[in-house]
Amino acid sequence: MKKPEPVQVIKKRRDEALADLVGGIPYIGFLGVTFERRGDELTATLPYGEHLVGNPILPALHGGAVGAFLEIAAQIELGWQIYWPQFEAGATGPKLIPKTIDFTVDYLRSGLLRDAYARAVVNRSGRRFASVHVEAWQDNRTKLFAQATGHFLMPQIEA
Amino acid sequence: MNDTDKKAMIARQFIAAIPHSRALDMRVDTVHSGRAELSLPYNERFVGDPESGVLHGGVVTALLDTAMGTAVVSHPQSMGGTATIDLRIDYMRSATKGQRLRAEAECYRVTRSVAFVRATAYDESDEPVAAAAGAFTVEGAKG
Repeated sequence: MKKPEPVQVIKKRRDEALADLVGGIPYIGFLGVTFERRGDELTATLPYGEHLVGNPILPALHGGAVGAFLEIAAQIELGWQIYWPQFEAGATGPKLIPKTIDFTVDYLRSGLLRDAYARAVVNRSGRRFASVHVEAWQDNRTKLFAQATGHFLMPQIEA
Repeated sequence: MNDTDKKAMIARQFIAAIPHSRALDMRVDTVHSGRAELSLPYNERFVGDPESGVLHGGVVTALLDTAMGTAVVSHPQSMGGTATIDLRIDYMRSATKGQRLRAEAECYRVTRSVAFVRATAYDESDEPVAAAAGAFTVEGAKG
């Protein structure tokens, strides 16, 4: 029987795979979005920064920055699920990011000037299209400040 | 200065005061009673796909959202700021690498509390990159 992989080896491989997927996208770095992983579950964080403010008087985060954050969270979650089997097999190299077809954002509360978190769920992932829902919150997980649904074009991994 | 010019000036100040718009280097090109045209330069830091070098969808979202908000505050029936209630974006194609991104927004209906807005994004060609429809809050609407 094959000896099970040591836990550090598994963790290292998965963390590197995630860093590869996220690290290649400059705009994610510009916004400052980071990802945390528990097994295959991802949580995106948008750390507060002055450059994200949309209304300095209210004050509130910019609707565009919030929308972009949700789109990134949805896109990475989908990419992560698509490539998970390859990552587990130890495959590395450039990854094609799913392209957004449409994205609908529901702004439930104004974004406070503090960190925001998001988790996405792939509701359907077919051969060509995928539908992803994403929820974002700040202080309380149950009090969402924004949610979104988007459709994505599946990257054609092996033509 | 007439009312329309005053509105345009307020709209420009509104954008100039937004840190996120400044961070993306947005510019108000035209603004006139419920219509606004904004643009931003290509920047490698805003790329979404390193293979092709095209801008991330989030940049398009931010520009469209700002152009739509500007259209709302510049509308004759709107008396104050605005916030996005709902925004839908359809991405038709990627913006060409190296080209400016431009958004045209029109606030076509304002009620006591809601403004309805549509917008289109282009690069330097006339083929649309993305289309958007949204609902925004209205503060202090006139009748």
